[in-house]
Amino acid sequence: MNWLMLTLVGEDQPGIVARVTDALYRGGCTLGETSMIRLGGNFTIMMMVDGAQSEQALESLIAPVAEQLELKFHLDPMRGGLHQHRVPNYQVRVNGADRAGIVAKVTAALAESGFNILELASDVVGDSATPVYIMTIQGYAETEIERLESALKPLAAEEIDVHVSAVETLIG
Amino acid sequence: MALLEILKLPDPRLKEVAEEVSCFDDEFKNFIADLEETRQAGPAAVGIAAPQVGRLQRIVILDCSSTRKPVPNHGHLILVNPEIVEWDGFELGREGCLSVPDYTGNVIRAERIKVRFQDPQGEEHECEMVDFEARALQHEVDHLDGILFIDRLVSRRTDLFQRKVYQKSGKKRK
Repeated sequence: MNWLMLTLVGEDQPGIVARVTDALYRGGCTLGETSMIRLGGNFTIMMMVDGAQSEQALESLIAPVAEQLELKFHLDPMRGGLHQHRVPNYQVRVNGADRAGIVAKVTAALAESGFNILELASDVVGDSATPVYIMTIQGYAETEIERLESALKPLAAEEIDVHVSAVETLIG
Repeated sequence: MALLEILKLPDPRLKEVAEEVSCFDDEFKNFIADLEETRQAGPAAVGIAAPQVGRLQRIVILDCSSTRKPVPNHGHLILVNPEIVEWDGFELGREGCLSVPDYTGNVIRAERIKVRFQDPQGEEHECEMVDFEARALQHEVDHLDGILFIDRLVSRRTDLFQRKVYQKSGKKRK
């Protein structure tokens, strides 16, 4: 296994995923873990690709389709591979009036507590007169929930509503 | 006693609907002992359902008494022909499955349920479950109906928006 990390970004339109993955499939590549999501009218793709003869071979496979769809792309060799999932044991939910610095302050407090972010999704909702920032974080930390809570406590004074809960993953 | 083989995705038997138990004989009781041994042998599973070992009968073992943080629970339960008769509330939670190795994901489940079941002697019981234990039972009863948690996954974005609506309507109810 020789994974490459392929990133593509461009204005959203129907068919991006179908055409990009079709080009990869026809070129003999397989996909590993991927993340694809629409952000602000753009479509963003990050995916692990295997099976390409070389970086150049994958590049020439993707270049025509990227050009047609007006996507920018980027290719990196990567370490690691499949089956390296970490199961989160904490979830953090954040919301507050949108303003600069919310993500930086929340994640700084978490990082100081040894919290490893595994997934983060954030959005600006509400309307443009009163935008609201919403963020969910799933991650792993060895530390007790009380320590995370006290690390995040100063944010309440800044009217950022932060809620930490333990995630007990059910295996059944 | 014997360890049973756990069926894994994409085994088609995991998608079949299991049949009611009508015969509570020794063979059935021996199977339950094997099923329990199998549950304990694997990675910390709080429950197991008979179809997971290829026996298409409505039998579930549940034990939420040893979670990392204690949760409300009824201890070790063997539920034969379980039927969820009431549901209330909903909550998002993370699940994994002995039959779907190396994957966990978020699923919406009822917060509170009432379940009717028979014990291994065939006696009828009814009990109420909440939170984690209620989630675990819903996960296991799904196995009896050929449904896996991956059939109920929700996206993170679904969570972001539904969560807010849920909190608001929760306040109204009180």
